[in-house]
Amino acid sequence: MALRELSSLEKYLGLKKPNKYSTQADKKIPVLQNNNGPPLVGLVTIACHLVKEAKRPNLLGDSAESRAVVHQWLEYRVTKLDGCTKEDIKTILKDLNLYLQDKVYMAGNQFTLADPFMYYGIHPLIVDLAIQDKEQYVNVTRWFDHIQHYPGIRHHLPPVVVPRNRLYTSKHH
Amino acid sequence: MKLFVSEGNPHCLKVLAALEVTGVQCDVQYVNHEERVVPFLSRPALPALLLPSGLHLFSSNAICRYLFEIGGQDSSERCNQWLEWEATDLQPALLQALHMAVLHGKGSEVSKVLQGPLNYLEQSLSKGNTPYLTGEAVSVADVVLWAALYPVLSDSSLASERASVKAWFDRGAVLHSCESAAQKVLQGKGLQGMKSYMQRQPAPQNSQSRDTQPCNSNPAEGVEDERAVSEEEMEAAALTWSKGLNSCPLATDRQHPILPHEGKRNLLVTSALPYVNNVPHLGNIIGCVLSADVFSRYGRLRGWNMLFVCGTDEYGTATENKAREEGLTPQQICDKYHAIHSSIYKWFQIDFDFFGRTTTEKQTEIAQDIFWRIHKHGFLIEDTVEQLRCENCQRFLADRFVEGICPQCSYPEARGDQCDKCGRLINAVELREPQCKVCRQTPVVRSSKHLFLDLPKLEPQLEQWLDKSTSTGDWTANAKQITRSWLRDGLKPRCITRDLRWGTPVPHPDFKEKVFYVWFDAPIGYLSITANYTDKWEKWWKNPHQVELYNFMAKDNVPFHSVVFPCSLLGAQDNYTLVSHLIATEYLNYEDTKFSKSRGVGVFGDMAKDTGIPSDVWRFYLLYVRPEGQDSAFSWADMALKNNSELLNNLGNFINRAGMFVTKFFEGCVPAMELQQEDKKLLALVGWELQQYIQLMDKVKIRDALRHILNISRHGNQYIQVNEPWKKIKGGDAERQRAGTVTGVSVNIACLLSVMLLPYMPTVSQTIRDQLSAPQSCVNTMLQDTGTFVCSLSAGHRIGTVSPLFQKLEVDQIEALKKRFGGQQTTAQRANSTQLAAVPAAAAEVATVNGVDPEKAKQLTQAVTEQGEKVRALKAQKAEKAMITAEVAKLLDLKKQLALAEGKSSEPAPQKGKRK
Repeated sequence: MALRELSSLEKYLGLKKPNKYSTQADKKIPVLQNNNGPPLVGLVTIACHLVKEAKRPNLLGDSAESRAVVHQWLEYRVTKLDGCTKEDIKTILKDLNLYLQDKVYMAGNQFTLADPFMYYGIHPLIVDLAIQDKEQYVNVTRWFDHIQHYPGIRHHLPPVVVPRNRLYTSKHH
Repeated sequence: MKLFVSEGNPHCLKVLAALEVTGVQCDVQYVNHEERVVPFLSRPALPALLLPSGLHLFSSNAICRYLFEIGGQDSSERCNQWLEWEATDLQPALLQALHMAVLHGKGSEVSKVLQGPLNYLEQSLSKGNTPYLTGEAVSVADVVLWAALYPVLSDSSLASERASVKAWFDRGAVLHSCESAAQKVLQGKGLQGMKSYMQRQPAPQNSQSRDTQPCNSNPAEGVEDERAVSEEEMEAAALTWSKGLNSCPLATDRQHPILPHEGKRNLLVTSALPYVNNVPHLGNIIGCVLSADVFSRYGRLRGWNMLFVCGTDEYGTATENKAREEGLTPQQICDKYHAIHSSIYKWFQIDFDFFGRTTTEKQTEIAQDIFWRIHKHGFLIEDTVEQLRCENCQRFLADRFVEGICPQCSYPEARGDQCDKCGRLINAVELREPQCKVCRQTPVVRSSKHLFLDLPKLEPQLEQWLDKSTSTGDWTANAKQITRSWLRDGLKPRCITRDLRWGTPVPHPDFKEKVFYVWFDAPIGYLSITANYTDKWEKWWKNPHQVELYNFMAKDNVPFHSVVFPCSLLGAQDNYTLVSHLIATEYLNYEDTKFSKSRGVGVFGDMAKDTGIPSDVWRFYLLYVRPEGQDSAFSWADMALKNNSELLNNLGNFINRAGMFVTKFFEGCVPAMELQQEDKKLLALVGWELQQYIQLMDKVKIRDALRHILNISRHGNQYIQVNEPWKKIKGGDAERQRAGTVTGVSVNIACLLSVMLLPYMPTVSQTIRDQLSAPQSCVNTMLQDTGTFVCSLSAGHRIGTVSPLFQKLEVDQIEALKKRFGGQQTTAQRANSTQLAAVPAAAAEVATVNGVDPEKAKQLTQAVTEQGEKVRALKAQKAEKAMITAEVAKLLDLKKQLALAEGKSSEPAPQKGKRK
């Protein structure tokens, strides 16, 4: 899973030579052999490395603040989203929905690595949502739909249908 | 910029250390653990940094990184890698280790849990050969890891076994700043400084459960990716299959009174006692009695020795109130509602061994005995309480019996406990111009002596017992968490007496006019109800070594069962059986709102049967949405969907097909079966689901276990679909034999399903076995050990008459029900449905006044259905548009008339209470 995600990211970044990855332990942590030093371990670490390789540093944020925000969401993805239990899902979606209320992208008004990274991580949750729930988490689904249609992002994942008209009007107060 | 931290939170150590190392200027504010600083997060998250832009950072590592960056040190790739490792690998292990050490006092487990991460750190440090993690100088990675590990490394010898880690850690210790940060957070108390923080963290899951249960798998929706089945599994499944039924049938007839038996698992199951003064709603039913019923039925199938008791809780102010409202005596109220409760549970097929009540002789006897014992052992304290007394009525007034002017906002109709206008909590004696609600006289303030149970004195005993019970028993997560939070807030003495009449009298001569407070009295009801069932009740209740006690309830009842009642029993020191497994559900909502008796929203126990939907289907759906682990909602549309998709199309369809094939193709006799690889594979798959079911049910995961039943019938449907016995039966000998095997295996799976369904849908379960003429011994066989799926209908067995098990729920029908229970019931209907038992004549009167005509409504319903079908038929035939329009107009007119006859407004909108 993580490896497909990294190769999607490579394609988006326009990296010519696909890297070779291996995985470590039963948790399947990705590993990238690095010519200039010890191997890189971990999804976040490798993704940041790819961004640097592609010379697109702005994808990690263009100020100290936004870099901190981007890193926070990268960490959120691997600690909170991955391996979340059924009980956590509602809380996660509710929180993100509130967070995204006044934002276009995860880090505000600018597309960053946090967007595809969170998109890949949240995809399995969104796929399972009933239409009614999608409407309940309207800001999350709006953002999600935006990112899945962002050029060059979706790749290995199936598209999720997000209806634009409300079916369950009585759901909202 | 502002940094929010809390004491005792190990994550705050990191950011405070980073702040000192980098020298960045920033306000630091200490807040409570529970403070929600980050506006968009529903759980409190500390530390948090408010950035100049107004955004919040809530991850301690991101905050540290940021502090270093504005301090002039960008983090390198290596640094980031350490931070990621810290967050994904080290933290989960640390959390588990701290949980063990701080909350369970198992410091010895720490080294085991942390072995992996610490060894990795040791290797990296020794290989890197640099003083710090990323080189010659301190980086953010060192600060974060050092601070993360400080609580465990400073407190134990873990570091000394690892030379490089020790050298690195002591070098870190040189960083003065880190130690001063540690002092601030832990206050020099070491691990114990984190106790109150750890208590409010969710218990860490071990990594295995995480791997086996990824969040995104939803077994309800289609069988997931085919599970790989090994050869061994298939052979084992085939072997089990051939074993046949248990020869010695277990005693399925219960011999009352049931008493504990040496050498057996003796389970005493209780369901929270429903309050007598109201009709229970669906949420009450699923929360206690239904869940407990499913588990007891299941336990009997497992061959455990079960006793399931419950009863109505009848004493207290609320009953007195209700009695006054209805103009009856409290006893009459209790008699009336006890009967209502009994009949509702009977309809829901709740199979109590005994359903009693708390207003009995035994209750007085046992409650007073416990009282005297607690008294004797010095766990009671006397204190005076100021209360309002109405001289006219000659009694002290409970808070709800007083009204007056709010001392805060001068609202004239404030109640004795709270003001409805400003919402402030009020102490009844503070009300201005208080009035007795009954006689409107002015009450006077009197002080009254009361007895208090000394919970603080019992706390050490309680904690000791809780540690043991929660670690060895199955307590739901919410039960543990609520209990922890009570203990954390500190226990206070609790008043056990009240100035009321309707209650168990306090036997102490100094407190003659008083009764026991219901919270003290009611749980004793479990004992007295058992005592009314059998004289040998003490064999259950004073026998903690032989008996395991299961308490079922909704989460609001947890503290009384986990803290208060155990304290009463511990204080009595009479070797009482205390709860071993506390099973608490979350709340069930109605559609997207709450059940409300006063607004008429929701389905109440007595109305369920009026819907025409069978009791088994109600049970199935309530259990399917059982609020297990999180709140859930009852929804009509969803109920129809689950009935139609799961019961009708999946489960019912499979069982019916299997039976019909036997009837149609093999003259009603189970054909001979020659198992091939494919069949064995199916047996293995089914066996696996059965095993999961048993594992979950043993842990009282009732909702999750139900999914595995439905998975089996899904496997079965797929198997029939692939093998097409209806085609093969027309082929040559080999093909005919194949059709026979497939049919035989399928009908045996149907038999297994009937057993697994028994706890959930007892009637349907029995119907299936009747239709298959299945031997009763199959019920005792299948759920033994880890599950034994045997061939219980062997070749030649003659089955009975097969007929469909479930009916479709139509959209119209569901819409009508949704409307009826959606909170817009007219007063006439309300009166009709809730007070029928008491005042049928009055209800009928109101009904005619409003022009409601039930007889006419019935005819019209029929007419609407017929007309609806006509329209559908026309549409299906693609008839002329004009013709369809005319028929639709007729239909609409009929619906309008029906609405009138039912006493509803004929206009569909507006829906009160649903939309705003």
